[in-house]
Amino acid sequence: MTFINYASHEINCKIVYYGPGLCGKTTNLQWIYTQANPMKRGKLVSLATETDRTLFFDFLPLDMGTIKGFKVRFHLYTVPGQVFYDASRKLILRGCDGVIFVADSQRPRLEANIESIANLATNLRDNGFDIRTIPYVLQLNKRDMPTAASQGELEAMLQFRNEPVIEAVASRGLGVLDSLKACARQILMELQKS
Amino acid sequence: MTKMDLVMFEEEFGQLQEIIGRLQRDSACKVVFLVDKNGTQIAAAGDVRSIDATSLASLTAGNVAATDGLAKLIGEKEFSLLFHEGEKDNLHISIVGKRGILVVIFDQNSSLALVRLRVKKASRELLEIFERVETRAEAQVPESARFESPFSEITDEDIDRLFGD
Repeated sequence: MTFINYASHEINCKIVYYGPGLCGKTTNLQWIYTQANPMKRGKLVSLATETDRTLFFDFLPLDMGTIKGFKVRFHLYTVPGQVFYDASRKLILRGCDGVIFVADSQRPRLEANIESIANLATNLRDNGFDIRTIPYVLQLNKRDMPTAASQGELEAMLQFRNEPVIEAVASRGLGVLDSLKACARQILMELQKS
Repeated sequence: MTKMDLVMFEEEFGQLQEIIGRLQRDSACKVVFLVDKNGTQIAAAGDVRSIDATSLASLTAGNVAATDGLAKLIGEKEFSLLFHEGEKDNLHISIVGKRGILVVIFDQNSSLALVRLRVKKASRELLEIFERVETRAEAQVPESARFESPFSEITDEDIDRLFGD
């Protein structure tokens, strides 16, 4: 839910990275954090377990510049991907303006991707959103893995509304910014329409 | 449910700022933050430079969201008040209306009783303003009465410039 402050001329939008466990959501944020201009980003907050699995969320604020005299800030969140953290995932989706679904391209994880998209649809609906209309990007991560399925196969299984599909290797930063830009662009166009 | 953006104008923002400024002085606390339940800072008063306000807003919203989840598990609507006691500083978190979270950080110069008393009064005042903002967000506004949004003129070029394309 975009927060527009006319007094301070700021607009704040929330993007949530979603996907099954170990698909690369946190890696996306970590890469953005290390590469972004320190003046343009805040601290990376990570609520994780001792084994570095996301426990509640990761959070990174990003200043994107100004548009029509308004400072545009994106608040990036990741959800915990492990199946039993569903209650937390639902909470993190509250008030989100856009979703980047990070799919694990590895063939053995196809089913987990499909289940995660179904889970996302349910949690979005419970928060009053519709997966068919919310700004949404499909990132096919781990394209470098030897067991990665082809892009065509993944699109056939996971793409459902003609959303942008971006190939990525988040550990090397490939496709990370493209995914973020694609989602941010959709959010800003929604703002224009509304 | 359609998406309802939260829009705050200068007058309302000024009123919010005045209320939390008064709260900070009257409760003798260090800092007061007003945060949106989605994790965005709305306003602040006191020695804010000593704290990473962005992280605080996000973590507070997460804290409240998680506590909301716990409340529902045990059949409660919500826990409207959270108090965290530290060695030197303490954190008092309360819900204001549907969207707001009031965060008060205080030390031995104040007391929980005083903070609770002042927060109760400030919350009533903040609630009036929040209700006005929320009502506007929820209302079906006729096209002729809509304010002129600067974002209606966003172009592809504006967005490209944002990303440095």
